[in-house]
Amino acid sequence: MPLLDVRNLCVDFRTANGLFRAVDGVDVQVNVGDVLAIVGESGSGKSVSMLALMGLLPWTATINADLLHFDGVDLASANTQQRRSIIGKDVAMIFQEPMSSLNPCFTIGFQLRETMKAHLPLSRRERQSRAIQLLEQVGLPEPERRLKAFPHQLSGGMCQRVMIAMAIACKPKLLIADEPTPALDVTIQAQILELLLDLQKDTGMALVLITHDMGVVAETAQRVSVQYAGQKVEEQGVRDLFANPHHPYTHALLAALPERATSRQLPSIPGVVPGQFDRPKGCLFSPRCTYAKDRCFQEVPVAAPPALGLARCHYPLVDGIAQREVS
Amino acid sequence: MLSFILRRLGTFIPTFIGVSIVSFLFIRLLPGDPILLMAGERGMSAERHAQLMVQFGFDQPLITQYWDYLTGILRGDLGISFKTKRPVWDEFFALFPATLELSLCAIVFAVVLGIPAGIIAAVKRGKWPDQVLMSTALVGYSMPIFWWALLLIILFSGMLGWTPVSGRISLMFFFPSGTGFMLIDSLRSGQAGAFASAVEHLILPTIVLGTIPLAVIARQTRSAMLEVLSEDYVRTAKAKGLGPLRVNGLHALRNALIPVITVIGLSVGTLMAGAILTETIFSWPGVGKWMVEGIGSRDYTAVQGGLLMIALIVMVVNLVVDVLYGLINPKIRR
Repeated sequence: MPLLDVRNLCVDFRTANGLFRAVDGVDVQVNVGDVLAIVGESGSGKSVSMLALMGLLPWTATINADLLHFDGVDLASANTQQRRSIIGKDVAMIFQEPMSSLNPCFTIGFQLRETMKAHLPLSRRERQSRAIQLLEQVGLPEPERRLKAFPHQLSGGMCQRVMIAMAIACKPKLLIADEPTPALDVTIQAQILELLLDLQKDTGMALVLITHDMGVVAETAQRVSVQYAGQKVEEQGVRDLFANPHHPYTHALLAALPERATSRQLPSIPGVVPGQFDRPKGCLFSPRCTYAKDRCFQEVPVAAPPALGLARCHYPLVDGIAQREVS
Repeated sequence: MLSFILRRLGTFIPTFIGVSIVSFLFIRLLPGDPILLMAGERGMSAERHAQLMVQFGFDQPLITQYWDYLTGILRGDLGISFKTKRPVWDEFFALFPATLELSLCAIVFAVVLGIPAGIIAAVKRGKWPDQVLMSTALVGYSMPIFWWALLLIILFSGMLGWTPVSGRISLMFFFPSGTGFMLIDSLRSGQAGAFASAVEHLILPTIVLGTIPLAVIARQTRSAMLEVLSEDYVRTAKAKGLGPLRVNGLHALRNALIPVITVIGLSVGTLMAGAILTETIFSWPGVGKWMVEGIGSRDYTAVQGGLLMIALIVMVVNLVVDVLYGLINPKIRR
């Protein structure tokens, strides 16, 4: 049984112009010790699906799912009390902007100990020593002094380390990292990713990494789920995905990597992710797809078999060549 | 922090001089001759009038009079009240505890109700608690103080008979004034029922004086909370699995407090202005009532001295507010 099992997750936002579907029938399965990367452009709904799981979406959002199970608990039917005992303890999350994710009014130590106070039966002294130990674990020098510091006295990279320390404080079974690095310097980015992977290996927790950076995916993930316009369009093991992408969108994403470029001009995918008002009738990617045929503009594709990476495409690619038909 | 306070004290000097000029000129702009008013209906001979003009220094040009006033202040001398012939300084501080007691009760009333109301309205934004609280606040804010006071007196004192109409304590009780704060003095007197009587007398004036600050604080808390609730660190607090009381009441509120503390500081000025009306309506023997009477009798020294002292208090309160900023949000500390 997977640790996290989400089936057909839909998230709608109430807007001034009616409902906007940000996540459209996404399935996510994460096993114990998995490293899953969720990739996609901005606006593909990758953060929203994880925020929905954590119950962190604003009140304008409505969440629907056939299944929303974590570690055998049905999160959809759980009451707030049960939810809160899981959130922050067994599932933890770190965010994109480390500087603004920490409360400016409280010391690092206060915010770190607070998480433990909420979930663990530790005494004040035990919490303090665990806090020091956690900061050492995430590689912050002089942990005792840092505990007394306020967030504005630390750099972005240090703040993200503190966020990670906070997230792993209660030894979670699943850590969700929502684009943890783009706000940081390139060298710091690599260090933070390395830290996350080391922690994952040491503790055996599962890791979900949300990113738009294919380079990060290649270095870190075991499995990759590609999202486009709120839908999961493909899911494969990382080697297979890079070697043989089945969905034209994944193919285009990989072709846009600078290291794969063959000409002087970087390849890109023309157009943008469809929004609320320009959702295509058939396949959501069809207006931007170089392989699109008539059928793609008319019929909504369903997921292909696992051998074809569950690609949501009428004509999945095999070795870069469009197949005739998926039955 | 110390240098910050010293720098702020430096800005006191020009403000202080400005306030002293305004308070000095303000009362003299009013038509009416203080010496004739002092004489009352019997009138006064022209010679005696001229003699008194010289005695009080009113024959001097305004600038000389102001200079005497200013140098007096620097020596801690606010002059002698025309009416009572006692030093203004003593008069002010004999009455000030009554005003302070009422103002403190009013501000506590406003803060204790206003901040939770603002938090609830922000958290339940757009739903019925928000709408009920905010429309109530708007009504409270728009209500003229004297009208509101009369309505409350009619209802609670007149029709229901729950609260007394005026004064600070029932005439049954008498004890020497120690601190000047009726709540403390009545407790110390040890007389049965004295404290309860003092509390009863405080209820209506407190509500009347606290209503406008209450409405302002509630609205300000709501808007500051709304801004803060969408911040990343509030999401982090929720992601830790903390309860709504801790997320809203600690993580969000602490950040929302800066603008709220600002309006609390500013409403001290409103309280002083409101105290003048409230004290008059409830016959509350405080500085507000004293100054209204001073204006009526053109008691120049009393009014200018009272205004100056009140301005000074407002300035000190706002300095305290500035210092509080740094305590609440360490990012502002220098």
